[in-house]
Order: sequence, then structure tokens, then C-alpha cells
Amino acid sequence: MPTDVAHPLHGLPWDIGVPKPDATIVVDDLVRSFGGLTAVAVEHLEFQRGAITGLIGPNGAGKTTMFNLLTGFDQPNTGQWSFDGKSLGRLKPHQVARLGVVRTFQLTKALSRLTVLENMKLGAQGQRGENFLAALLPGWKAQEREIEERAMDLLTRFKLDAKAQDFAGTLSGGQRKLLEMARALMSQPKVVMLDEPMAGVNPALTQSLLEHVKNLREEGMTVIFVEHDMDVVRDISDWVVVMAAGKVIAEGPPESISQNKAVVDAYLGAHHDAPLTVEEEELVLAEAEVAIAAEKAEDADLPTETTRGL
Amino acid sequence: MSEFLDILALSVKSLVSQSAVFFALMGVGLNLHFGYTGLLNFGQIAFALLGGYGVAISVSMWGLPLIVGVIIGVLAAFVLALLLGLPTLRLRADYLAIVTIAAAEILRLVFRSTPATPVTGATRGLSGFGQGFYDRAPFETQRTYDFLGSTWTGREIWACLVGWLLVTLFSLLIWQLMRSPWGRVLKSIREDEDAVRSLGKNVYSYKMQSLILGGVIASFGGMILVLATGSANPDQFQNANTFLAYAALILGGTARVLGPIIGAMILWFIIAFTDAGLAALIRNGFIPDEILSSPDVANIRFVLVGVGLMILLIFRPQGIIGDRREIVLDAH
Repeated sequence: MPTDVAHPLHGLPWDIGVPKPDATIVVDDLVRSFGGLTAVAVEHLEFQRGAITGLIGPNGAGKTTMFNLLTGFDQPNTGQWSFDGKSLGRLKPHQVARLGVVRTFQLTKALSRLTVLENMKLGAQGQRGENFLAALLPGWKAQEREIEERAMDLLTRFKLDAKAQDFAGTLSGGQRKLLEMARALMSQPKVVMLDEPMAGVNPALTQSLLEHVKNLREEGMTVIFVEHDMDVVRDISDWVVVMAAGKVIAEGPPESISQNKAVVDAYLGAHHDAPLTVEEEELVLAEAEVAIAAEKAEDADLPTETTRGL
Repeated sequence: MSEFLDILALSVKSLVSQSAVFFALMGVGLNLHFGYTGLLNFGQIAFALLGGYGVAISVSMWGLPLIVGVIIGVLAAFVLALLLGLPTLRLRADYLAIVTIAAAEILRLVFRSTPATPVTGATRGLSGFGQGFYDRAPFETQRTYDFLGSTWTGREIWACLVGWLLVTLFSLLIWQLMRSPWGRVLKSIREDEDAVRSLGKNVYSYKMQSLILGGVIASFGGMILVLATGSANPDQFQNANTFLAYAALILGGTARVLGPIIGAMILWFIIAFTDAGLAALIRNGFIPDEILSSPDVANIRFVLVGVGLMILLIFRPQGIIGDRREIVLDAH
């Protein structure tokens, strides 16, 4: 829910593909299919800069595929999308990340046999010591100290500072989620894409994760996240995009979504609560009777058939 | 008793012998590939072969100076790493494994084939290329020396000295690299490539750098081997050696700078000790001829090494100097 009334997304029409006042990622005619299955087919979608956009939808709606496409981990069949006016068309994942679009993964990817601190340091961009020849000279030491300081600050914020020297593999599932988010922040991104950040996190930790996500917005970052927990979505999103079967079926502020018929249908199936008319009811009853009669006839036939068979 | 001391002296010699140097250099390269980057290179011997033959062919066939031969050997290893890496490093780890194992066999078979005789000497191999190397020794290489209770030729000593110097230099290089951000990226790639990609690192390029550097280190191993033995022969470069180098690496401890070196030394100590020990036991009638005769010893020693490795992996899966915590995490 927008915390302040003058939020730029306030008052926008709840239409699919509605232009945002300050769009950072713009998607056009994006299609990705695997064989016969169209995983993603999005005509037009804009993400507002500095806002938290929730991406929701039933299982198999194409949310993660969409994430993969936007971050270069997958390539679309057709279509294009851009970030701050730059086309991300055929960029590789590391190139997208260098532009400032950093993602996390649905299944956390903590680097188990590295310490928590090393995990964090990896996230920093533009490290001189990551060049083979420069690594042999001591020139990267000063930068390393600066990176370490920043990493410790972030770890303190995420309450992982006590674990800094432990192997990341020893962290609990929830702590790994925290570490992954903190590591993504080490790269000082413009857009953070979180794939199910709350999945498998215990409720006590959920609250602190939510605060962290809200803080990202306060710091001016754009957050796009996939989530199944509707309470979470309602709590932190400024805008919600609903996908089903690869398409965007609705978008709007969180309060608009639960009233949207298309969304309810997508989650629960169409006709789930439409009352039957008298004619329909009679038709259904008649069909059932025919079916019962057919079954009885079959049952009666059965013994004779078997005896004949013997 | 004196016989036991002889056996021990022989085993001690093998601790620091050319075999130990050769497997240490192969292992240091493999450690970079497998231990730090997670690359499955099953054809490390191919890099050693190119290093060894690079020197042998350049000097004895083309009449070039030794140093040019060394450069040619290194370049050949560099090119092989590029050729193997370009198509496979974008794919899953197993593709590199298949391609490297095939390349190692192909190269050895090509080098020993009859049409290759004018260049590689085919099965007879090459010799007489080491003079430029031996001449540089600061001592007399023609005579033999008694050292650590065993006899060494001057050439052996010189090759081993240079070999251990190389092992030291490359270990220092790896040590420095692994404490740098470059090494951190490599270790992260071993853990999860996609996570590293998502943080803006060009994983493909780092894997290539690792493959090249590890291959070049192995090529120096091949050079030391042919210079110490004085001949380059295709059958010195059987791919079984790659797996022995893996054995040395795992014995010592992967992802430890000294792991492959300690592993190679101990591996050759065990091989030499079981070899000489079994032969002595047979000679003195402690083991009856019907059970084991001296010609079998060469094979049975590897069986014993295998059993020893199995016991090690059961009770100390991290190797001699590995970190047990890493193995525990790996099991997840």
C-alpha cells in the first residue's frame, strides 16, 4: 500500500500496460515459448522507478521465466525490453548485472564453501583485483578494505555480522535469503529483482525481510519481486502485476487486485462461484441420471461378458 | 636391516624424485581447475604432453634453443586450453570432462602414429634434446651422486632442482591468486555459476583463464619429465597419469595450495615403498612365489595404493591437509 498519498502511482488507471510516470524497465511484445508451451507473452509492461512492484500469479504463470528474461539468464523468441532507455535485448547475465539490474534466486544460491563475508565481497562491482594481472600486485588491497567495510555494514544491517566468518553453507534457509539480498546490495544496484524472497522464511524473519525491502525503496532503488504470500504483497507493494499463463492479466495498486475478476478466475478457475440457473441445474441432473443408467447397464452386462470370455 | 634401509632410502628418493615433481606440477594445475574452479579436466596429461614434446621437437627436430622450446611448449598448452574451453565452458561441467579425456587420447595416439614419425619420432620418441638444459647446471651432470642414501645422476638432480623451484613458484602464484578477488571469483564459480553471473562477473572468461593457467602449469610438468628422463615418448603420457594426479590431489587435499604437492610426494613414497618392499619380501621368501611373484609387484602396488586411497576417503575425506568442514558442507 502506498505509504504516502502523493505517490506517483496514485490515481493511475488500473489498465494492463498503463504507462507509468517514470518507467525504468519497459517490456514490449516479449514472447518466450518452450516447444508448444508459451511461458511468457507480454505485450506491454512498464515498471515504475523507485517503486516496489509485486509480480504475482498462480504456479506456471511465467513469473520466473520473466525474471530470467529480464536478467539475461534466458533469451526470448521475440520482443524487446529496455532499462533506462538502453535495450537489454541480447545482453548476457553479467552484462545486465553491470548495468545495475541484480537478481536473487527462488532457490537461494549461497556460495556454501565461502565465508559469509567472502560471499558479500563477491557482490562488489568494479574490483581491480578481479583482473588476473592486477591480482598479482598488491594494488587492490585498499579497495578490498573499503569493500570489506561496506560488507560488514550491510551484514550488521541484516543481522548477519556475527556469522561473517562462518561458511555460508552453515546458514539456515532464512539467513541465506538475507545473505543473498545483502550480497545483491553489495553491487549497489539500481533495480533489485527478488524471486520469492519470503519462501521458506520463518514468520519472525519475514517481518525483518519486509523492512529491508521497504528500506531499498527509501534508498531510491526499484524493487521487483515475485511472491506467493498475498499478505506480503499487500503489505509492501506500490503496484502489483498479475500474470497467468504467460500473460499479464491485471495490474494496479494492491487493493485493486483482490476485486479483479480476471485475477480471481486465474487463481480459482472461472465459474467457481457462479450460481447455476434452474435450466442448467436440470441439465446437469439429467446428464448425471444418464450416466448412472449407463453404468448400471454396464454392470448388468459385465457377468455375461466374462462368462462368455471363459 | 640394511635391506630395509635401502628400501627406505629408495622411497625417500621418490619423495622428491622427478615423478613427484611431475605429479606435483600436474596436481597444482588440476587443483586450480578442479579444486578451486570446479572444472572437471580429465585430460591434464595432454597439456604435459604438449609441454614435453614442445621442448623435445623444437630442440631435436628443429634445432631451436631450449628456451624457445619452452615457449613453444607453453604456447601449445595455451592453444589447447583455448580449443578445449571455447566450445565447452559455456556448457555444464561434464562436457569439458568428455572433451578433455578424448583430447588426451587423440593427442597421444597422433604423436605415436607412424605418419608423425618425422616430427615426433612416433613410438620410438625423441631424445638428445636436453644438452642445453644440463649445460646450465652449476655442477657436473655427467657423474652420479650419493644423496639421501641413494644414487642420483647429475641430470636427475638438476631436473628435480629446477622442477621443485617451478613447483614453489607456481604454488606462490596460486597462493597469491587465491587470496585475491580473482581467486574469490574462481571459488565462487565452483560453488554456483549462476550466482556469480547475477553479480556481474563474466564466468566464461574466468573459467577460461583457470583452464589456461592450470594447463600451462601442467605443461611445465611435462618438460621436467622429458628433461629428467632424457627422452620424450608417447607412452610416458598415458592418460592414467591424469587420474594418478587426481589421486595425489585428493590424497593431499583439494583447494589447498600445498595439497597436490604433499599428495604427489606421499603418493610416490607409497608406490616406491610398496614396490621395493614387496619385491624384498618375495626375494626373501616371506611371500611364497605361488601367491605373488616379482613381475606382479608393478601391478599390485597400484592395487595397494587404491586400497590406501579408499581407506583415506572413508576416514579422512578431506585429504591430508584439507578442511573437514568443507566436505561436510559439500554433502548438502
